[in-house]
Amino acid sequence: MSEGGMAEEPRSNWPLFEVFLRSKRGLNHVHVGSLHAADAEMALHHARDLYTRRNEGVSIWVVKAADITASSPDEKDPFFAPSGDKVYRHPTFYEIPDSVPHI
Amino acid sequence: MGFDTAYEAITEESDSGHRWAFGTGFTDPLAGVDTSVPAGVDGADLAAYCLMLGDDALIMSHRLQQWLTRAPELEEETAIANIALDLLGQARLLLSRAGTAEGSKRTEDDYAFDRTEREFRNVRLAEVADADFAGLVARLLVFSTWRLALLVRLRDSADPVLAAVAAQGVKELTYHRDYAAQWVIRLGDGTDYSRQHMEAGLAAVAPLVAELFVPSAVEERLAGVAVNPAHVRAEFDAVLAEVLAEAGLTETEAGWLEAAGGSGGSSPRGGTVGQAGRDGVHTEAMGYLLAELQSVARAMPGATW
Repeated sequence: MSEGGMAEEPRSNWPLFEVFLRSKRGLNHVHVGSLHAADAEMALHHARDLYTRRNEGVSIWVVKAADITASSPDEKDPFFAPSGDKVYRHPTFYEIPDSVPHI
Repeated sequence: MGFDTAYEAITEESDSGHRWAFGTGFTDPLAGVDTSVPAGVDGADLAAYCLMLGDDALIMSHRLQQWLTRAPELEEETAIANIALDLLGQARLLLSRAGTAEGSKRTEDDYAFDRTEREFRNVRLAEVADADFAGLVARLLVFSTWRLALLVRLRDSADPVLAAVAAQGVKELTYHRDYAAQWVIRLGDGTDYSRQHMEAGLAAVAPLVAELFVPSAVEERLAGVAVNPAHVRAEFDAVLAEVLAEAGLTETEAGWLEAAGGSGGSSPRGGTVGQAGRDGVHTEAMGYLLAELQSVARAMPGATW
């Protein structure tokens, strides 16, 4: 294939891709799951077949799982605990107008 | 309103009691379509034509379903299942249309489960079994390229139901063809081993290709309603040539198109007028396929669930 796959070592498994879908209503892409594919183009096809069969989406992103840098569970406390008691950071002291649906 | 989960976000519009698993906003391809037989169209001919196209889809769908639990990857299995479901949907609409066109009140189930082998009108390409995955994608490429070319033209049919079924089917077949072409290219342009299998798969379907383009008497009588398959041969050859070239199968290409009855070649099986799938003459594989397809309906006639 055009992506130079021939030069790589033969693999026993296809790499993992993460799938993001955007709904009909034009919200942001959200993570819906993962799948295996030989390359990104095949991953798009697989995502279409696995995650949009029931009319869920109009736009798909796929990204190699290996390319995602994620926070580690071991670092949970230093990462997230400090925000737990800062209730004033949430905009809950405002009236949210009915005409602003997605907050 | 905010969304707590991904699926809430992607399946909004669920006010009418739909659960997310069923999605939302489905459309009925026949919504608002006049289902009476148009004036000047022979109902029996129209029914016969609907059976041809419907049987192609039904039998091909069944062969694809047999791949489930046997596909090389889970993801491919879902893709094959989706394609089989698309074709089954087309078959249901077309067989139902045959019943209304003929005025016989026969249902889609009557046609699918109560006919014998000689009464099926599908092309033999749809019924043959696949030796391996390369054989499947070769057959699917030929089938979907041919059927897409037919349905594109059928959108202008004088029969509004056929036109509506075709309009829906074109979107589906475009994807099927793309799926098959991608795999033919991957396997043809892959390793020596995958290339051997791809060439063998293409060689296996070549003798069944010429039959696809031989117009039946019904199709010739239904000018303006039916599509004359002879008219899509050039388009078919061009698409196949492009895919095979992209797959690096250029040496295969010339010989294949000749073996498939194109470019001035001829095929012994395709050239036998009156002795092809459209005439109810099938290969040995068809009897076994129908035995499985009809087993429940034959064992328990009239059963419902």
